[in-house]
Amino acid sequence: MASRTATKDIITLRGSAAIVSEFFGYAANSILYNRGVYPEESFAKVKKYGLPMLLTQDEGVKGFISNLNSQLSEWLEAGKLQRVVLVIMSKATGEVLERWNFSIETDNEVVEKGVSREKSDKEIMREIQAIMRQIASSITYLPCLDEPCVFDVLAYTDKDVAVPFTWIESDPKLIANPQMVKLHSFDTKIHKVDTLVSYKYDDEDE
Amino acid sequence: MEAETPSEGLITPSPSPSSSSSSIKRRCLCPVQKTLFRRKTSRENVIFKTLLDRFIPNRSAMDFDYAHYMLTEGRKVEENPKSTETYTSPSKQAYRKVLAETFNMNRSRILAFKNKAPTPVDLFPTGYLSADTATTTSDLQKPVKPRRSIPQSSERTLDAPDILDDFYLNLLDWGSSNVLSIALGNTIYLWDASNGAASELVTIDDEDGPVTSVRWAPDGRHIAVGLNNSDVQLWDSTSERKLRTLKGIHQMRVGSLDWNNHILTTGGMDGQINNNDVRVRSHLIGTYRGHHQEVCGLKWSDSGQQLASGGNDNLVHIWDRSSCNSQTAQWLHRLENHTAAVKALAWCPFQANLLASGGGGGDQCVKFWNTHTGALLNSIDTGSQVCALLWNKNERELLSAHGFSQNQLTLWKYPAMSKLAKLRGHTSRVLFMAQSPDGCTVASAAGDETLRFWNVFGTPATTKPAQKKTPEPFAHFSRIR
Repeated sequence: MASRTATKDIITLRGSAAIVSEFFGYAANSILYNRGVYPEESFAKVKKYGLPMLLTQDEGVKGFISNLNSQLSEWLEAGKLQRVVLVIMSKATGEVLERWNFSIETDNEVVEKGVSREKSDKEIMREIQAIMRQIASSITYLPCLDEPCVFDVLAYTDKDVAVPFTWIESDPKLIANPQMVKLHSFDTKIHKVDTLVSYKYDDEDE
Repeated sequence: MEAETPSEGLITPSPSPSSSSSSIKRRCLCPVQKTLFRRKTSRENVIFKTLLDRFIPNRSAMDFDYAHYMLTEGRKVEENPKSTETYTSPSKQAYRKVLAETFNMNRSRILAFKNKAPTPVDLFPTGYLSADTATTTSDLQKPVKPRRSIPQSSERTLDAPDILDDFYLNLLDWGSSNVLSIALGNTIYLWDASNGAASELVTIDDEDGPVTSVRWAPDGRHIAVGLNNSDVQLWDSTSERKLRTLKGIHQMRVGSLDWNNHILTTGGMDGQINNNDVRVRSHLIGTYRGHHQEVCGLKWSDSGQQLASGGNDNLVHIWDRSSCNSQTAQWLHRLENHTAAVKALAWCPFQANLLASGGGGGDQCVKFWNTHTGALLNSIDTGSQVCALLWNKNERELLSAHGFSQNQLTLWKYPAMSKLAKLRGHTSRVLFMAQSPDGCTVASAAGDETLRFWNVFGTPATTKPAQKKTPEPFAHFSRIR
């Protein structure tokens, strides 16, 4: 067993939660940039997942995402997080235009017994990279957001989770009759994240 | 939980078994579930699950807690190496997963931050935001100019009794000192636009009158008055005193006047255009000969280098400043495209060598000329007699005054020549127009004996940034030398 740990990459619950919540941070930034929710010039380029990624430099948005991430990793470590949804809404009307849906499946055995799994960082990175590429390329088929938009993040947790002080219960902010596109998924062997984007179906184009 | 197999017992399921078992007991009321329950007690767990997949009897009869428990238990059994027998096909697994997801919808809390992320507008000015959605770089550079609302009715109406309803005269002018002069019959009235005070400057004797043209000198103090008896008088508006009378320069009435610094150019019914140096005793310094009927339009360009003249002979002439003091001056260009008398002439304030001219009732066209080459650039049929033309000093717009049938003022976008506004109010042809010194307000006098003021060219506050734009950043690079 000792010789195996030397050669294989061990992933713990804590490590997996860190990878997943970090992924959400970058994915949220990428969506906000690519969908033009915030002005292009408020983003700065960094290298991540072997890709140039854009991170917001706006203090308000930065703070929001980092608060979100710390809460998400807490839930991920407890295995209580089922899904994270980034919702893009019209600023004027509040109508939901896009939902970026990240469903999470947690390996409960790891949560309960504290065992670890094996998967190389490189492999996980490659899977995340594929998702990030898909997010960046999604602008080619998603409808244009030609009005000012705002975003919100919804976390679907288990029922037994106590609502943290800074959070409130929300409605699911669903889109009626949406179009859906499934993107790649990634798996840390502890958390499996499926990505799906649903958007308002505009039948005027037909 | 009677049905628990030993292998399942090893795993602690997330919902407590006792609550599930109580729900199962409740479920016994439903006959289908009862059967299932019995089967479960007699058969293997896995088979039961397979059957459950086939039985979604109806939604109202489903207990999500129970279903979730069974599903999550089922997954554990699969993952458990002790029950390696795989009874479920991949499609069934997928189906179960979807089912589980659907059930989870009802078993989860949806949470959101109380404090929302800042909205984009809180951080960036709206102009920035609209530029954000713009795709082209040119859109990014210039923020979208807000649309100016153009009042459709006149701001103010004054009576102008006894105004001569004569197309060929020029009886209205607005001086640089913000005083309006209007000739009504034999009398010239001054109306101070800054305080609304009206005063009578002079009443001409009956045998000399009526007044056929008025024109402020660039200083806004002196005023030239053309008379029916071919005389031209110079008046000082502040002292209300006549300075001199220019006699014998025309044989007939003087219907058009314009100033070029100290040179007063007069156009007469005799077809002559005379240049007068008002400072010297022998004032007549030169004559432009080209028209053979009444000269009704005279306008020096802003640079003072070219004079445009329009006549009842349907001609427009462009004259050069350098030849103004010779007796045998030849026109620079003779523009013969109009088919009626040309009174309306306007030099473009933002493009040198661009002249707009409007034809009378038989022509009804506004034509644009390059006065450097004499080329006709554009011609627009307005559908009505063109009595006067004015350029907006702040925007690329042109205002035209019309006669029958609508007696309206029309605002045009240049160079697209799309109609921006139609200002109605006059009940007879709009003969004369004058622009306020700040370029915003237009006064129009019509045959209905009214003088109306229109706030058509915007307010000074909004026009200031537009003026700043005029110096082009690379203008000095693109000059061809």
